[in-house]
Amino acid sequence: MTTIVVGWTPDEYGEAALARAIEEARLREGRVVVVNATRGDALVDERYADDEQVAALAAELGGSGIEVDVRRSMGADVGDQVLSVAGEVSADLIVIGLRRRSPVGKLLMGSVAQRILLGADCAVLAVKPPA
Amino acid sequence: MDSLNLLLDGFGAALTPENLLYAAIGVFLGTFVGVLPGIGPAMAIALLLPVTYGLDPVPAFIMFAGIYYGGMYGGSTTSILLNTPGESASVMTALEGNRMAKAGRAAQALATAAIGSFIAGTIGTLLVVFFAPALAGVAVKIGAPSYFALMVLSMVMVTSVLGGSWMRGFISLFLGLTIGLVGLDLNTGQSRLSFDQPLLADRIDVVVVAVGIFALGEALWVAAHLRRSPLHVIPVGRPWMGRADWKRSWGPWLRGTAYGFPFGALPAGGSELPTFLSYLTEKKLAGRRGGDDEFGRGAIEGVAGPEAANNAAAAGTFVPLLALGLPVTATSAVMLAALQGYGIQPGPGLMTDQPELVWVLLASLLIGNFLLLVLNLPLAPMWAKLLRIPRPQLYAGILFFAALGAYATNIQAFDLFLLLVMGLLGLMMRRFGLPVLPLILGVILGPLMEFRLREAMAISGGEVSALWSEPLAVVIYVIVAIAVIAPLVVRRVRPAPAAVAADIEESTEEEKVR
Repeated sequence: MTTIVVGWTPDEYGEAALARAIEEARLREGRVVVVNATRGDALVDERYADDEQVAALAAELGGSGIEVDVRRSMGADVGDQVLSVAGEVSADLIVIGLRRRSPVGKLLMGSVAQRILLGADCAVLAVKPPA
Repeated sequence: MDSLNLLLDGFGAALTPENLLYAAIGVFLGTFVGVLPGIGPAMAIALLLPVTYGLDPVPAFIMFAGIYYGGMYGGSTTSILLNTPGESASVMTALEGNRMAKAGRAAQALATAAIGSFIAGTIGTLLVVFFAPALAGVAVKIGAPSYFALMVLSMVMVTSVLGGSWMRGFISLFLGLTIGLVGLDLNTGQSRLSFDQPLLADRIDVVVVAVGIFALGEALWVAAHLRRSPLHVIPVGRPWMGRADWKRSWGPWLRGTAYGFPFGALPAGGSELPTFLSYLTEKKLAGRRGGDDEFGRGAIEGVAGPEAANNAAAAGTFVPLLALGLPVTATSAVMLAALQGYGIQPGPGLMTDQPELVWVLLASLLIGNFLLLVLNLPLAPMWAKLLRIPRPQLYAGILFFAALGAYATNIQAFDLFLLLVMGLLGLMMRRFGLPVLPLILGVILGPLMEFRLREAMAISGGEVSALWSEPLAVVIYVIVAIAVIAPLVVRRVRPAPAAVAADIEESTEEEKVR
């Protein structure tokens, strides 16, 4: 069975990635592993889902008829955590949401997406939310 | 109204553009450190001490006053939006405040906290204006034995009444007193606890102790617990209140002020007790009114009262600080160290020796309070964003200033070693739950206390009974005895309050000293 790992955050980027992952899973009759990770080094991280958001996600995905597994984790690098889950479930595809950024902006800000693109052993699909 | 004229002169001196700028910096910095749990105004002032030695005392203290009040305000923001009280005095605010925020009334909770703080802080500071000179007038006449007794009272109260555990409090106090002893005996020139180290014989600088315990200790502690599940901050717009909220808030504000100020003004103050009492009173009153009792679901009275009590107590602590030279909070202890750094002798003589400093300070407290209100009401959403700062970056900055400050006081590399030792001590204290305040109080008050003791002994020719030769001293020792015995008796007779306190302590994730 095809396994699709999606890097998810409770915002528009996460939603776009997740929607595409579900679509791909339907197409290939596969399953989806949702990864939500944080560095956990700040008091507040809005990209880390709380229990309510995870419950809402599970309820939303329950109706899709696709096997979904939600994982939350904490570690030094968010990209590495997505990659380690991908390795663990031997993913066939990783879907991530991408921000629009200029080359200079990219230079200044570290990027989870870049880490995943460079480190992944499987195909990576990067999607952008509808503008 | 002599005091009022002096206060007006103070306003005249404080209202220069330069001083206003320092007040604004202080208020900003104070709110910044108050919002972030783990770092507070005491740490901020300790870090700034070496920087401010280049300034005149007046602008430095204007800034410190802003930091003190700003820290208080910032703490309430965090408690309300995140339910992590930044300091023990905000625990009560967090109870109802966070429930209000969850019910979508964060803007009103922040508004009642800010306006209540302003009102309580203003009334409290005005009361300081009237009480402190009177108290100082009496205090200049009291002798060394009574003075010594007052310091004993202050230490015993801070150590036993405020903390959860007596044992931990006294361990911390004696650690502080021991650190305060290190160095040359001022009377005989003998070196004590210096282990034949000429650098230690110079006495350990208070700045190094304060920065080590507060900043380095906290940084090491955070480094040991770097990754923790992040929380979600409740989104909030600009704070505001409707007419009904005003109507429900003003009573608790005034009652909270009435609770807070006396507790702060006692040479054994603290704001845990008055905020707790204010909360209980408002809850009881709401219950008596019956009907729409919102307590437990986010009652605005439960935010307004404790928050006012908190700030009134903070204002009240200036009475013993200015009139007696007795600090009762970590922040005022560090301010006392700052006074000493300028070579100003804290004590009853302060009001007559340094009238300009005192009155400008009091005026700038009122100004800072006003600045807090006008700056922070619109800026609340921005303060909430501060909570996203990653800890490594934040503490790297703090460590930089800590090392710079410890080195800059004496330009002595040995101080950096001492800083590390103090930092490790601070880490161990956090690990074993020892409160920091008694230690700082011991370090700062210890030498002053010894001085008074020596003075009393010198006058009496070494007769120990001289210590209780003054009626005032005897009265104070009786109070100390009551303060020590009463809780024991109460606990035995009625274990209920302890259980309530334990409940509250459970909701405090981490206690931060003010």
